[in-house]
Formats: sequence, structure tokens, C-alpha cells
Amino acid sequence: MNAPAKPTALKAKDFASDQEVRWCPGCGDYAILKGVQKALADIGTTPENVVFVSGIGCSSRFPYYMSTYGFHTIHGRAPAFATGIKLANPELDVWLVTGDGDGLSIGGNHMLHALRRNVNMQIMLFNNEIYGLTKGQYSPTSPLGSRSPSTPMGSLDRPLSPVLFALGANATFVARAVDTQQKHMPGVLQRAHAHNGASFVEIYTNCIVYNDGVFASFAEKNTAADGELLLEHGEPMIFGKDSDKGIRMTPGAIALEVVQLGVDGITEDDLLRHDETNRVLAGLLGAMRNPDFPVAVGVLYCEDAEAYDAAVYKQVEAARSSNGAADMNALLRGGATWTVGG
Amino acid sequence: MVTSTAVQLEPTGTPREEVESVVVRFAGDSGDGMQLTGNQFTLATALAGNDLATFPDFPAEIRAPIGTTFGVSAFQINFGARKIATAGDAPDVLVAMNPAALKVNLADVKSGGTVIIDTGTFSARNLKKAGFESDPLEDDSLDGYQVLTIDISKLTMEAVKAHELSNKEALRSKNMWTLGLIYWLYDRDRETTANWLRGKFAKRPDIADANIAALNAGHIYGEAAELAGGMRGFSVRQAEITPGLYRAITGAEALAWGLAAGAKLADLRMVLASYPITPASNLLHILAAMKQFDVVTFQAEDEIAAVCAAIGSSFAGSLGVTSSSGPGIALKGEAIGLAVGVELPLIIVNSQRAGPSTGLPTKTEQSDLYQSVYGRNADAPLVVLAASSSANCFDMGIEAVRLATKYMTPVMLLSDGYMANASEPWLIPDFDSYEPFPVQFAGSDQLGEQGYMPYARDEKTLSRPWATPGTPGLEHRIGGIEREDGTGNISYEADNHQRMTDLRAAKINGIADDIPRQGVEQGEESGKLAVVGWGSTHGPISRAVGNMRDVGYDVSHIHLHHIWPLPKNLGDLLAGFDQVLVPEMNNGQLVTVLRAEYLVPAEPLNKVNGQPFKITEIENAIQRCLDGQSGDAK
Repeated sequence: MNAPAKPTALKAKDFASDQEVRWCPGCGDYAILKGVQKALADIGTTPENVVFVSGIGCSSRFPYYMSTYGFHTIHGRAPAFATGIKLANPELDVWLVTGDGDGLSIGGNHMLHALRRNVNMQIMLFNNEIYGLTKGQYSPTSPLGSRSPSTPMGSLDRPLSPVLFALGANATFVARAVDTQQKHMPGVLQRAHAHNGASFVEIYTNCIVYNDGVFASFAEKNTAADGELLLEHGEPMIFGKDSDKGIRMTPGAIALEVVQLGVDGITEDDLLRHDETNRVLAGLLGAMRNPDFPVAVGVLYCEDAEAYDAAVYKQVEAARSSNGAADMNALLRGGATWTVGG
Repeated sequence: MVTSTAVQLEPTGTPREEVESVVVRFAGDSGDGMQLTGNQFTLATALAGNDLATFPDFPAEIRAPIGTTFGVSAFQINFGARKIATAGDAPDVLVAMNPAALKVNLADVKSGGTVIIDTGTFSARNLKKAGFESDPLEDDSLDGYQVLTIDISKLTMEAVKAHELSNKEALRSKNMWTLGLIYWLYDRDRETTANWLRGKFAKRPDIADANIAALNAGHIYGEAAELAGGMRGFSVRQAEITPGLYRAITGAEALAWGLAAGAKLADLRMVLASYPITPASNLLHILAAMKQFDVVTFQAEDEIAAVCAAIGSSFAGSLGVTSSSGPGIALKGEAIGLAVGVELPLIIVNSQRAGPSTGLPTKTEQSDLYQSVYGRNADAPLVVLAASSSANCFDMGIEAVRLATKYMTPVMLLSDGYMANASEPWLIPDFDSYEPFPVQFAGSDQLGEQGYMPYARDEKTLSRPWATPGTPGLEHRIGGIEREDGTGNISYEADNHQRMTDLRAAKINGIADDIPRQGVEQGEESGKLAVVGWGSTHGPISRAVGNMRDVGYDVSHIHLHHIWPLPKNLGDLLAGFDQVLVPEMNNGQLVTVLRAEYLVPAEPLNKVNGQPFKITEIENAIQRCLDGQSGDAK
């Protein structure tokens, strides 16, 4: 379903609006903005067909900085607005921008339903594991025990994993990217765009003010090689500075383990090959966390399924062809009527 | 109001007593099919040429425990040879299909009225379930009524025996047996109901035939039996009704069609996003079956998602509509505020019910006027409209679309549980006679030197342009943060917020110039007393004012369809009356708005027991207002 890249003169900067960007200096959102603008240029789309929809939070200012159509809505409800936009005009290319608080706390319900319905759009969830715009409270993705203004003695509620949430919601496309990895991210976004349905992309985002360095164990230049596993469909799961580590199924268990290539006779053939059509495998990969495992990035899961908005219009067409042209006068006169004589 | 005026003879020779108008209430268990029975009787009555009004009244429970008082479902119809304004104050005839139905409804029956009872259900067990200490058929409970005791259950079983149904299936035909009897009583034609049964049970012709057999058996029983007290059949002359083609229509149907008609006149696709809630769900059901009219329906995950999807649809160039009842509207509040701020068309239908909170989901009330006019954070003005009858919902649906699209604003359209479910005859309009109001979207030609200005305003309407995604050159961003006048860019500037707040208010206030002047429904344009109503109280107010005028009272009826902004001349109009009385099915909401807006000494008349006003209740209030005033003109 890859749209052929049509020749376009548009470059990444052509997707930037004239508005001054107002994120904190050093915020991960800048990098994502750049990555998205590059992805749109690479895709070869035109700004008039693109709509960015967001909720509330730092990430949700995103639409103002794009030269496309944009709608900055209310807290948590962006998936519902985006669904409405697609119901009105399924031809539009809709990108949703949300965060861990907006998309998984106040808007968790809408996220769940947009994913299970498979509305054809890209959902980018900027996960910084903190509430930034309200000044640093813990979020639904903050680790247990997080100290924040609202949890001075440490948070007590267990966090959730955005990609496992999406898989549980029956999402048809689930991927992960990292703000700092500019070479990797636009490719993931292009895959998300090419997917026909709701594409969920968790993007790890560093909040330099309230949660700086939270992803340092895998998101930085010197930690990425050992800290993350780059997924490629059909390829063996190898990682590490020296490409000497891999992931395999633990013999006799439904579990993954990290192995050292060349040790105990382990070869590449013993490693798992990524199969992005396998939802169970995606779940196992999505659950991997530092330090015991590398963090899996790339496309975890991708499944072909009819998009909701396309199915809606199939029914509209079917109703049109079976009921004939809509005639309001005929509608008003259908069923039992009677005439009162003059 | 059964008044004998003449005697005419049926072909069989049985004399029928002519009556001017009759109120009949069918009451039974919620599984007894009383609503179907009532709807069939309504249609047969309309076909017989009477005017009519109905009141379906059913419990919130889908199937409450059989035989209990809280499981009683009722359908009341008032029909006659004259104009019928309400479903009637008190039944002339009560059909009680079980002890619980008798227990709940008997007190409402007019003294001397007729009570028809299925004795087959009057077992000791059912009497106990209904809370009777002794058998009302044996004691003096029914003194003062004309009582017909018939073992309808047994007679139905006999009537359908030939069709070899199970006992349970056979017994389910007893509503049709009863309908047959009432058809005989009021000389109605059975054929339409027989045809309807054939269609409804097309896949089970045995059940259709059994029901038709029961219908006929009930009718024959009336013809042949010596009814108690020498009761005979009645006839009701045809009413004087404007000639034309008619149908029966409920408020939910009229509203669905009116909104679809409005979207067509505006040349827009309509997207209805809704979440199931009583009594609003029917609108979703009806529109879901109208996809060929370029209507897209969306059952959202919750009320908030529904309104947000509707707003999203409007942003993308469709007419976004959401529908709910009071508690659901409360959930939509924040998003409606966004629609006010970003100035997009949006229609919010509120089929009001008794509250607060869950309240009485199937009982009617009109207590969401404050919520509609004032119920959002900050200064968030919008248009509020109120339909006054089932049929009026069609025109108000169109009016809502007209104002929402012309002024780029949310419109709250108020209906209520009574109106949504009650049906009335409707003189079917010619859709071609409605003036189209096609939306003109902003085009690339509107690109000025400074680029596209999403908050540039039309000088006259103060409305902003509507540019839809997909239009080259008009890419723009809108959102909930205050928008700079003109550009729509984020602006935290104090003066800009003042200006935008003023503009939003002025735009809505200015709509007063674009709505009809407030007229008087009945009576003079000034005088001693104005009775001011809104919504479904139209019927009882109009009849009460008419009756009181007939006996010489100086009283006028004013009925509002535009609640916000109010009609321009309303203040002057009210100032011409010595007294203003505002009957409402709430604790006094419009009355407060009128007092606040016009400093008039308006007095409330409130009723919140889940039932529509009775005519006499309003007549008595009018009398109280005007009592003590001497002279011929009271």
C-alpha cells in the first residue's frame, strides 16, 4: 500500500509553518518535528491534504508548527476528532499527535477505540513518562516509585506500556521510534503512513526539564547499540556494539532471552527472526526493557485489515445502490399515509 | 369528554352513540405489546379521519419482572372530531391487561369512565404482585366505573387454537384480541392492522394468522356480546382537518428527517455521532438507516467522543451532529466550548428527560434549559432552539442547520422524551417548497496578501469563513487556545481576548435579527395575562388558553421556539401584559431567563412528576392569576 512517491519539489522545511516554535530548548519534540517534516517530504505529499490533530500537552502544540491543516483540540479527545475528520472525508491524510498523559490517561478510552476500529490514520504518541505542561507530575507510563510534585514519596500506581496497550486494543500497526534517532524515525513514520488503518507509533521523547535522561540507557549515541534492538522484518534479532548479541526463545518456555553469539555454540540460526505479522511475538518484544533486555524499536507488528472509514463508505455506497437516489419527498411519503379530502 | 350528541345506526342495526372526543389508555405488562397496540390504534384512528395526540409511557426496564407495578407500560391516545391538542387529561377508557396495570392506572380514569379488564390474569399471585390486599373485582375498588370483565386470555387461546401455536405464543396475541374489541367499540377498520401483521410476521405466517384471528375474535366479541351495562359502540365524526396527505410521525422521526433535510438544503454531507442513551437513541437508529441520503452515522465509544467526532466532521466540511439526553449533554460540555471557540457548525440534539443524573430515563421533563443556555465554562454563547411538538421537530431540524451553517456556531436543539416518542398526524410538506441555503466554502481565491485569514468576518453576520482541508492554499490551524482576531494564530494578548469574547457574543446576539418576530399563538398582542411556554407544553397550554378564552378570560398564548437568542420583540411583547405565567416541566428555568432579560414580573407554574401538563392544571393556574379581577373580561 505504499503510495508511489510522486516527484515533488517540497522539502522538509516546506512543511514548517511561520509560527515560532515554543518548546523548551533541548526538548525532544524539536527532533520529532524535524523527523515528521522530513517524512512528509519523503512521502511526497502536499500540505493541503494533510491534517494534524492533537489534544492537550506539550506534544499537542505540534499542529501549529506545521504548514498543513491542523486542529489543536481538547485534552485526550484527539482520536475522536480525527475519527470524525476521516468520517467526513476519508481521503484526508490524518496524523494524530498525543502524549503519554493525553493519549493514555485522560484519553485512554478514545485511543483504545480508535485503534480497535482501525481508523486509517497515523497516531504518534510522544512518550516522555511525565506531565510536562502541568509542571512535572508523574504519568501513566512513569515507573513505580516516581517522585514528582504530586507523589513526593513516590508513585504507587503501576505503569503501562503504550505498545502493549496498542496490541491489546487489537491495533493493526504498532511501532516504536526514538526522538534522537533521526535516521531511523522517518522510515518508521513512512511505514506507518503506508499502512492502511490505525498506525500506532510510540516515540520516546526526552523531557529536558522534568525527566531528563530517562531513556539514556538506550537513546543516546553511546548506549543505543547495546541498549536497543532494531527490528527488521525477516531479519535475525542481533544487537550490540559488536553485533554479537541476539534474542532467542528460551527453550521450553514462552519467553525471550538474550544470548551471546559464539558462546555455547550459539549461531545466528538459533536466533529469532522478526515476524511483524506475529502478534504474540510483538507482545514479547514490546515488553523488553533495559537493563535485562534491549528495547525493541522499529515496526513491532503490522497486519492487513480493512480500515474503518473505508468500510463505512462501502456501506454508504451499498445503501445508495440498493435504495436508489435519495428522494426527500419520497421519504416523507413512505409508509402508511392517508388523505384528508378538501 | 364523552358527550352524547346523536345516535346513529350501524349497518347491523346496533345503535352507536356519537361522541366528540375520547381518551383511551392501554395498559399492561411491558411484555404485553401495549406500545404496538397503541400505535396500531393510532393509525386506524388517523385513517378514520379523527384528529389525535398520543402519549406512550413505559418503564426504563426492558422487561421488568412480570406482573409488577414498575413493569407497567401504557399508551394513551386522545382522538376526536375536533382539534386535539394533548393526549388528554384523564382516560375515558382504561384497558387493564393485568392487576398491576389496573393498580397503577385506575386513579387516573375519569369518574364514571369505562374499565376493561382481562380477568384471566387476576390470579391470587398476580394480585399479590400488584400489591392488592383484596381482589378489586370483588371489593368496592371499581365502584363508580363502568367495568367490563372479560377473560381475554382464555378467549384469545380459543381464538387462535386452530393455528397450533405454543401456549406462550398463543397468549401473546391477546393484545390483538383487545385491539379488535376496541376497534369495534370505536368503529375502526381492521384491515390496516391485518396488513401490518402480515408484513411484520412475513417469516411466520402462522403467527400472523393467529394474531389476525385474535383481532377478528375481539371484534366479533364486541358485536355479539351483551356488554355489561348495555354498553354499546361509539362513533366519532371526522375532524375538520386541513385537506392534504397525512402521516403519523414521532418527534424522533421528524427530527431525523428534518436534520437530513437541512443538510440537503445546505448541500452538505451529514455525520451523526452519537452514543446510545434513552430517550435519544431512536434518532441514531433512524439516521443509521438513511445512508443513501449522504448521512454517515457513528456509534461512538462515549458521549465525549461523539461530540468530538461531530466537531471533527464539521472541521472537515461535513455537518457534524451529535444527539443525547441531559446527562450525555453534560459530558459534551467541554467540547461544545471548543466548537464555540473555533466557530464551527455543530448541532447538539438534547431529548430531555427527568433528572438530575440518571433521574427517570423514560419520563419527560424540560429541565435542561439552563444547561443549554448557560451550561459551559466561561462565556460560551450558542444558539438554543426548542421544538414544540413531534411534527414541529422537522422544521426545527432545518432551522438548526440553517443557523449553524450560516453563523458557524453550535446550535443546541431541544426535544424531550414525550415529544420524541409521541406521534401525531402530520400534513406532509412538499420538500421542494423549502428554500435551499447552500454553504459556500472558502476557496483558494480568498487568499489575501497576508494569506488565508480563518477569522476574518462577514460584516453582516460576523461569521467566519469555512475552509475545509483539501483546499490548496488555505491550510490553517485552529484550536482551543484563544485565536488572534483575523489570523486565528495563538494569542495570549489581553485586548484580543476581550475583542474575541465580544465578537462571539455579538455574533450570537445578532441572530435575533435573522429569526421570526415573536408572535402570539392565541389571543391579543397585549392584555391581562400572557401564558408563555416552550417545548412540548404547547399542546396543553394551547388547549387551556383556548378553553379559558371561550369563557371570557383575557389571556394569550405565546410559545417560544428560539430560546437563545430570544426574539427581538419579545421584551416589548411581554411588557404589554399585566401578568406573565410560564408553565414549565422543570423547577422554573425559562421564567428566570425572562425575568433576567426583561425585568418582567413573570410567574412560574412548575411540574416535574415525569408526566406532561394536564389542561386543567393550566386552566386552574390561569384562573388563579385572573381571579379577583372584576368586570366582564376576566
